[in-house]
Amino acid sequence: MTRFHSYLMNKILWFALAFCIALTLNFLLPRLIPGNPVDVIVSEMTTGGALSSEAAKGVYTAYIAEFGLDKPMHEQFLRYMGNLARGDLGISFARSPARVQTLIAQALPWTIALQLPAILTGWTLGNLLGVLTAYRKGVLDRGVFPIFMFISSMPYYCLAIILLYLFAVHFTIFPVAGGYSFAMTPAPTWEFFRSAAEHYVLPFSSLVLIFIGGQSVGMRAMSIYELDADYVRYSRSLGVADNRIIAYIFRNAMLPQITGLALAIGSMVSGALITEIVFSYPGIGSLLFGSIRQNDYPVIQGITLLIMIGVLIANFLVDIAYGFIDPRIRARTIGER
Amino acid sequence: MTVATSEHASFDSGSVFLTGLRKFFGIFGMINRRLLFSGCMLVLVVGFGVLGPIILGRDNPMKTVGGLYDPPSATLWLGSDNFGRDVFTQLMHGTRTSLIIGVIAGLEAILIGLLIGTMAGYLGGIVEEVLMAFTNVVITIPSIVILILLSIAISTRSIFAMGLIIGLTSWPWTARAVRAQTSSLRTREHVDIARLSGAGTLSLIIWEILPYMLSYVVMAFVLQLNTGILQEAALSMLGLGPSNTISLGQMLHWALLWESVRTGAWWGFVPPALFLTLIAFSLLLLQASVDEILNPRLRKR
Repeated sequence: MTRFHSYLMNKILWFALAFCIALTLNFLLPRLIPGNPVDVIVSEMTTGGALSSEAAKGVYTAYIAEFGLDKPMHEQFLRYMGNLARGDLGISFARSPARVQTLIAQALPWTIALQLPAILTGWTLGNLLGVLTAYRKGVLDRGVFPIFMFISSMPYYCLAIILLYLFAVHFTIFPVAGGYSFAMTPAPTWEFFRSAAEHYVLPFSSLVLIFIGGQSVGMRAMSIYELDADYVRYSRSLGVADNRIIAYIFRNAMLPQITGLALAIGSMVSGALITEIVFSYPGIGSLLFGSIRQNDYPVIQGITLLIMIGVLIANFLVDIAYGFIDPRIRARTIGER
Repeated sequence: MTVATSEHASFDSGSVFLTGLRKFFGIFGMINRRLLFSGCMLVLVVGFGVLGPIILGRDNPMKTVGGLYDPPSATLWLGSDNFGRDVFTQLMHGTRTSLIIGVIAGLEAILIGLLIGTMAGYLGGIVEEVLMAFTNVVITIPSIVILILLSIAISTRSIFAMGLIIGLTSWPWTARAVRAQTSSLRTREHVDIARLSGAGTLSLIIWEILPYMLSYVVMAFVLQLNTGILQEAALSMLGLGPSNTISLGQMLHWALLWESVRTGAWWGFVPPALFLTLIAFSLLLLQASVDEILNPRLRKR
């Protein structure tokens, strides 16, 4: 067990390093923008006529002080890390005095509610389709599978746009935009849930179809590969029962699929960014889109940080789980390299 | 084994390269339907983007020629966009921009991947450890984050800069695969023979190791090209595309921003979406069918 601990420590160190690099990039890159980001914001506010010059001056000094932009870089970095440790991501440029974490907390549930069921449904259906097309050839393999293969090679936002046009604009079956009717405010009422469900169908379907495609292509290839493996032939020649062989194959073919599931869940925030933009869905993607248009760097940084944390945690958990599950990795980390 | 003279070694390396080339061009003798289809599609798309504007003499995709979302007509074959610009002209120029960005990104990713992969795989030891650690860290940090952060840090993004940014994030998988192949090729006899006959490290890598990876490198480039084109489109749709120019992603960006979908102006978004799908599908099909030809294990099925 101590060897496993050293494997664990090794992994923790690696991910800590990756996290530090990611944090540094997240801090540094937006500060490389020529000039002062606050200048850009304030000049845009004044040319838009939203602010008088007196008010602009006030906003300017407030922002400079808030971000500590008058201080040297290393002090800014320490301050940034200190704020992060307290869970404070700062004030939004465009929507001050709203804090970045509040904006993200409002958008995140929408993204999770859209992505998590889509990933789980797509993963389950995709794997089933992949296994079935690999074992039972025929109509499924020649008719249904190529359609999903085509869909999986399609950029996911293109499918989203086409679904939106077909089913919301051309045939007006579903609403064209938003997460719920614009006339409503989110409340736990029957009408609100109905409206949210209607708005949910198209973005959800566009994500699920792509996911089924990708999963089934992968699972079919894995299953065919395993069906042809030496251990299957050997087991057959020994007279091992079919069910048992299928169980072996399934276990081997599922391992990469489970990894894929974990990584998809980890990258769920960035996985549907453009789907949300296409459908004006009130999640992280739409928040990011608006923030990029308004040069709202604190919000952009908050979102990139959120994406990074999700992906790093998922990768870490997968590595640790592999240390348990995969005997090859277990042997390699314990024994010789 | 006979004693290897330097003449023998150079003859050997030459024939290895020729075998690699013959194997690569041998695919033309084994063209299957999928390869034919994807190849034709790509030739058409590239011809459309590169030669189209020259042949038709439509060199300015930014010129206003109509009103807001004029429907397709005899002069505006695909109507006009939100700024009254000709969608057909934009589609040609956009395709070209997307392809250029994809090629720049793909070449950059392959070059970095080959450099890091061969150095790590051939030199081994501490160099390998450091380079692979670096590669693994880059793999772990999601590329979309780096792309967003780099793009907002550069306020005016040229086509070339976009290609460089995208290539900068997509090399690690190539580096990993190249390293694995290099370290297995390194111990082959013909490499030993060349080394004994006094070949330098660089010429060893170029003449004894790279030819064996030629088919892999071509495949990887096709995939990287696809990734590059799609990454550009994704960034453009987020509002971080190349400045002052038009790409397929930029066309979709404007179409979404100006409600082309919701007002039913299909000519604003169907052409770029269709072209992106066509390019992605053709490149993946090309990759799969060439892979099948070069990889006999897959061909059986």
